[in-house]
Amino acid sequence: MITPLGLDTEQTWEAVIAGRSGVGPITKFDASDLPTRIAAEVRDFEPTKYFSKKYTRQMDTFIQYAVAASYMALEDAGLHEDRPPAERTGVYVGSGLGGITTIEATHLAMREKGWRHGISPYFVPALIINLAGGQISIFQGFKGPLMSHVSACSTAAHSIGEAYLAIRYGRADVMIAGGTESTITALSVGGFAAARALSKNNEEPTKASRPFTKSRDGFVMGEGCGLLVLEDMDRAKARGAKIIAEIVGYGANSDAHHVTAPSPNGEGAQACIRLTLEDAGISGDAIGYVNAHGTSTGADTVESQAIRQVFGAHADKLQVSSTKSMHAHLLGAAGSVEGALCCLALSRGVLPPTINLDDPDPSCDLDYIPHQARRVEVEYALSNSFGFGGTNACLLFKRTP
Amino acid sequence: MSDASPDPILDKIKGIIAEQLDVPETDVSPEKSFTDDLQADSLAIVELVLALEEEFGIKIPDDKVDSIKTVGDAVQYIKRNNDG
Repeated sequence: MITPLGLDTEQTWEAVIAGRSGVGPITKFDASDLPTRIAAEVRDFEPTKYFSKKYTRQMDTFIQYAVAASYMALEDAGLHEDRPPAERTGVYVGSGLGGITTIEATHLAMREKGWRHGISPYFVPALIINLAGGQISIFQGFKGPLMSHVSACSTAAHSIGEAYLAIRYGRADVMIAGGTESTITALSVGGFAAARALSKNNEEPTKASRPFTKSRDGFVMGEGCGLLVLEDMDRAKARGAKIIAEIVGYGANSDAHHVTAPSPNGEGAQACIRLTLEDAGISGDAIGYVNAHGTSTGADTVESQAIRQVFGAHADKLQVSSTKSMHAHLLGAAGSVEGALCCLALSRGVLPPTINLDDPDPSCDLDYIPHQARRVEVEYALSNSFGFGGTNACLLFKRTP
Repeated sequence: MSDASPDPILDKIKGIIAEQLDVPETDVSPEKSFTDDLQADSLAIVELVLALEEEFGIKIPDDKVDSIKTVGDAVQYIKRNNDG
């Protein structure tokens, strides 16, 4: 994991459990003209720890994060030395917007220097979304299925879910899956600001991402990458792998309603959660923790209502949090960072909090684990991801003994 | 090509090639082939050509790039087109 909270999984987890915010003033570009001048930036990332300098010119930042994260994920899974068979190892890594940083900078350079000297020969491979997975496959030598799912803020959840299916259908034994994003640029922040989607709480950056509160005023853009290593259970057990959690359910559907707004009463989200429970063959009552999509927008109410509809009386026993209150919204990488946090929550018996929940919105009436993490062992954790275009994906993880 | 006296163009080009292709400067000598010895792929060669154009204020048309196979070829090309 590479997030605004840290450059690896442990740093990120520590910050999440301590309830720290990764939001601050934008430093990646001059944002003084924009109504939103805050974001959750990845700080002090050193790409040359993972690959030589020339590759930094060949890969947009979102791809650099992905390649770096792949080394960390494989190391963590004990597969860096003990390589899985190349043909049986695949890579599903997506992104929401891809190389918008490269597009923006290259367009400016082209206007200034003309096409010949303004556009790098690496322009296209540096920016296209499937090169995140493509570069991982090249650097790591994996020859199994390679593709990138693109579904806005549910990208990473879809990537993990589809990777899970690839293993279930016997197409691979090991999959590297997740999402990556780096879009803190004038055009991208400006674009989301133009859609009136971003918080304007520039004065108090660390308080800006405040899901489920009355005063919430939009999401805060984050960046980073989360990758999971999924492995066939028999293979993992046979090699004595350190298994963090088991993925047992995946649901995907769509709202068929609106480009940015969720369907009324969160019908799409409800159906997606139900599909996920059905896929796992378990009852809603078994779920202990929900990592909500919870973006700090109006949609928080809709998601809360959807959870209540699906879980009925059990909704009052659920513990729900939005870790976006800390790492902000990683867009196409959100689902895998949040999915990874679910896995860690299960294995370590600690549920991450929702920070900044100072003025709860009465229309959001679940237990959101306000302010402080909780030491609780739960059996199942659900991770919700919903994206622009009405695209929904949910993942269900189970604690391993 | 193997000029014993100091060659300012070769010296300059060595730094650019080392930087662009991410190889030690000591590996860059006139007889080295870009593709066989310095592991440059087709995109890296395009990038290198553009860097040389910017540095020396010359133009290396695409149909001339194929004839520049070694570091020495590049030095000769620059010398022929630099002052003339």
